[in-house]
Amino acid sequence: MEKTLKKYFALFALPGLICFCIAFLIPMVWGLVLSFCEFTNITNATFVGLDNYIKAFTVDGYFIHSFWFTLLFTIVTVVSINVFAFILALFLTRDVPGTNTFRTIFFMPNLIGGIVLGWIWQVIINGVLAKYDATILSQTRYGFWGLVVLMNWQNVGYMMVIYVAALQNVSSDMLEAASIDGSGYFNTLFRITIPSVAPSITICLFMTLTNGFKLFDQNLALTAGAPNHTTEMLALNIFSTFYSRIGFEGVGQAKAVIFTLLVAAIAISQLFVTRSKEVES
Amino acid sequence: MSQVRRKSTRWVIFVLLLCVAAFVIMPILVVLMNSFKSRFYISSEPFIFPNSETFIGMENYTSGIQKIKFFHSFFISLWITVASVVLIQLLTSMLAWYITRVKGTVTTLIYYLLVFSMIVPFQMVMFTMSKFANMLHLDNPVGIVVLYAGFGAGMATFMFAGFIKSIPLALEEAAMIDGATPVQTFFQVVMPMLKSMSVTIAILNTMWVWNDYLLPYLTIGTTYRTIPVAIQYLRGGYGSVDMGAMMAMLVLAMIPVIVFYLLGQKHIIKGVLAGAVKG
Repeated sequence: MEKTLKKYFALFALPGLICFCIAFLIPMVWGLVLSFCEFTNITNATFVGLDNYIKAFTVDGYFIHSFWFTLLFTIVTVVSINVFAFILALFLTRDVPGTNTFRTIFFMPNLIGGIVLGWIWQVIINGVLAKYDATILSQTRYGFWGLVVLMNWQNVGYMMVIYVAALQNVSSDMLEAASIDGSGYFNTLFRITIPSVAPSITICLFMTLTNGFKLFDQNLALTAGAPNHTTEMLALNIFSTFYSRIGFEGVGQAKAVIFTLLVAAIAISQLFVTRSKEVES
Repeated sequence: MSQVRRKSTRWVIFVLLLCVAAFVIMPILVVLMNSFKSRFYISSEPFIFPNSETFIGMENYTSGIQKIKFFHSFFISLWITVASVVLIQLLTSMLAWYITRVKGTVTTLIYYLLVFSMIVPFQMVMFTMSKFANMLHLDNPVGIVVLYAGFGAGMATFMFAGFIKSIPLALEEAAMIDGATPVQTFFQVVMPMLKSMSVTIAILNTMWVWNDYLLPYLTIGTTYRTIPVAIQYLRGGYGSVDMGAMMAMLVLAMIPVIVFYLLGQKHIIKGVLAGAVKG
């Protein structure tokens, strides 16, 4: 069978591969090359070595600031989203009326797109801040916490659904044995329930980590980086380097390469963590 | 005693859940409420119900629809989403079948390149991709479908390939021995078995393409605006936003999503779950 099928490369594999090369592979390689060049258009590039990479850090402080901003944002959201989601999942796996309806409602914000979400929360946050004669754009910390609230609102329901599925698979024999042995609620929670759902916790931690790091749409719609670039996250900083300063396309591309390396590092560490867990069990 | 305590914790939890549900729904209701208010009253007092002074009926809707040509955007979004999802389904299921059934260095390399593409963020390729698309004349509502197929190929092929590995070879071999060509085998034997995985992948891609902002903005944004691009366009050049029209358009933008969710809720949650565990 393999032999016959092999001749059908052009029919089965080629169409998908052509699209993949046009949309990803060629632009990816080209982008990597251009990060070492100065250009305003992809055809007028001149080689400048590591110039763009140096400029990315030295031309202004925004890129480094956006890195710390993104890092802090990611730490805060990873912790808060997973804690809230896990608590809600614990609630929903108890014998409480209306669990299905609650699950449906909590998950819903996840389907709404980032741009729409950003504008929804801009109205809400500005409405709250109006009492103090401020807007979300008046201070960096307003933008930061606005983004945190938005991200929680969007992602808690998603992570909760994953935790609910995991909690439903915890062996009821073990839980029963624990309760017969007189184990209290929190003792059982920390010694049996949480270790049993550890793989799901790993998945959720990494998903929230990557989502936080790559956030763009919400950032653009909620604050667009204001005031003065201080609420700009990495992805938005790269975007504005590319498109709002002529002559800085190479610097933007260099930043994009650094960003890619950071995101890839997260993904690879996820692979290692999951692999080593599999070996253990 | 413990019975009573258990019952009361149950009610405490129920009330807590109700509060969370209210917090989840509240922003959407606030936007809905404000979409009927005059724009001068939205930024300052968004939590007050419209009254005789602030209520302006459907005016925000009519002006918003005109300003961003909402229905035009709706159909652009609908076309791009449907066409991209269908094309991704077809191309990646064929590709996944080929690379799992034909073993070799080339197919292994293709597989790892596809997995690699899942890690790379869009910012890495956005500039070169949009310029390249422009050179190839793909910067129109038909061409963008090719771009989505290419950028979505990684995850979809990866998920299809994982699933195909678990299907026994015997069925396909039997079909081939009976004289079926690979094309017949694929469409009549393999494809029907991929059904559940197809639903999952279609849902994940629908959510992605429908809500995507940057790709359509950078490639076709100046002439054809999808819904997210149209919404962001309302912001205008100098930061002045018609908040009235904005509220109305946010409501219209959310309606299709909520309808889609309520119709396919079970599949959507299941699909997203499967996607999370695989991805």
